[in-house]
Amino acid sequence: MANVITDETIEYVGILAKLALSDEEKEQAKKDMGRMLDYIDKLAELDTEGIEPMSHVFPVQNVFREDVVTNGDESGKTLKNAPGEKDNMFMVPKTFD
Amino acid sequence: MDILEYSAVALSAAIREGKLTATEAMEAVLARIDEKEKDINAYVTIDREQALRAAASAQERIEKGELTGALAGVPVAIKDNMCTEGMLTTCSSKILENFVPTFSAEAVINLEKAGAVIIGKTNMDEFAMGSTTETSAYGVTRNPWNTDHVPGGSSGGSAAAVAAGECFFALGSDTGGSIRQPASFCGVVGLKPTYGTVSRYGLVAYGSSLDQIGPLTKNVADCAAVLEVIASHDMKDSTSINRNDTDFTAALVNDVKGMKIGIPRDYFGEGIDAEVKNAVLAAAETLAAQGAVVEEFDLSLVEYAIPTYYTIAAAEASSNLERFDGIKYGYRAEAFEGLHDMYKKTRSEGFGAEVKRRIMLGSFVLSSGYYDAYYLKALKVKAMIKKAFDDAFARYDLILGPVAPTTAPKLGESLSDPLKMYLGDIYTISVNLAGLPAISLPCGKDSRGLPVGLQLIADSFQEKKLIQAAYTYEQNEKKI
Repeated sequence: MANVITDETIEYVGILAKLALSDEEKEQAKKDMGRMLDYIDKLAELDTEGIEPMSHVFPVQNVFREDVVTNGDESGKTLKNAPGEKDNMFMVPKTFD
Repeated sequence: MDILEYSAVALSAAIREGKLTATEAMEAVLARIDEKEKDINAYVTIDREQALRAAASAQERIEKGELTGALAGVPVAIKDNMCTEGMLTTCSSKILENFVPTFSAEAVINLEKAGAVIIGKTNMDEFAMGSTTETSAYGVTRNPWNTDHVPGGSSGGSAAAVAAGECFFALGSDTGGSIRQPASFCGVVGLKPTYGTVSRYGLVAYGSSLDQIGPLTKNVADCAAVLEVIASHDMKDSTSINRNDTDFTAALVNDVKGMKIGIPRDYFGEGIDAEVKNAVLAAAETLAAQGAVVEEFDLSLVEYAIPTYYTIAAAEASSNLERFDGIKYGYRAEAFEGLHDMYKKTRSEGFGAEVKRRIMLGSFVLSSGYYDAYYLKALKVKAMIKKAFDDAFARYDLILGPVAPTTAPKLGESLSDPLKMYLGDIYTISVNLAGLPAISLPCGKDSRGLPVGLQLIADSFQEKKLIQAAYTYEQNEKKI
């Protein structure tokens, strides 16, 4: 396989993806990602010089609206889904010492 | 007539004419669910009491003359990645095991306004990532035609529910074929609209530039009626398009005379099953016999669609799924040390293998040093693929081909080799990259009795051509 994914790469991508993979998952991820990238490398066969990248198929502009509140206070309903809640706020683990 | 034999449109007509009630229709569906669900597992959530209450309320409004539309009183199943206010919405993931939305998706609201009645939420591949409905955290869904086989995916629960009579129609979502391929495997009709036709508000995002909601139905007339109801311009989805041609049922015309249909030679090369090929080409003959002008052509770039798709979809998924962090909703890991550890443990425990695989790949192709070589390159090839379709539609009204290279594989055959599973999407994913509408409809069965799907693809905003040709095929299918 042409793309060899190193331990360092998997560690780095794990940080970007906010995933803590087990050793077994890391080995599997190295294999899977290498294989997928080998396959994606097929795109290099195409000459894309001068072609504009297309993120959207139709010409799209920003869609603006007046900054007016249209919904009511739904904080109670919203917080019901939160794993942690206190005093009408989301409760999160301590972020710094 | 057995209630479950009705199409959605015929059922609503019968209810409005007073031949039966919306409550009787819902009771019939719930009884079928009781009978079939242990074998099929099409649903993640069924709220019987709420469904019966809503059916009774719809009946009342029909009797008062408040609900007169084509779907009034019809029980519908919703794919579990569309938010339904007050009803569990899991995306078939552990990370959303307890998520009860505070609002409904716009497409769901449109259906409810039209008087359709929600039965429950259908199973899917986790976060719509998969082609078999086997990556669900809530068990696999089985194909009603043969329960040793998959129903396809990711909208496998919706397709199986329609095929098994566990609903009268369903909504699915299609990012790379997730409506059309399960429709094909389950022998039902599925349509992916032009990007922007149906609001994505309330659809849990996978690949935002590719995702579209669409109908899964028993026949083409139902498909047109459902699309007509769910299509709407929505300010809450900034990619929503304001169309004034959404009277799709007007296209239910049995006539394809002079319609130009192109068959891409590149769709019938290596890898396609002979029985699928024969069934699809026989369907082309049926349309030709009705006066369509059918010819072969070279679409080009077909083999580049899959690597382009998986780069773009994974990139968008890695970004979209950042929101699942154990703070605002869903699962949170029990033991952790500090905020970052909580994020990582929550996500690692909450997501399944296929979702992690795509998040990892997406994070990689977007990372500094690889962005240009992978992500930007894929966006350029996407432009080339769109151009190839533009060229084809300068010559043809429709493109005709298979939906998938094979009929439904056996359970367990696909997941062991993800790349092989991805290759099965070859005929569907370029449609999403180019934002086009496409329909899948049954065109026969293979020697094992498994359904084969015919795919028709149209230029942007040409759903009516799709519906007209599909309807004509359906009306003349057996007359050849």
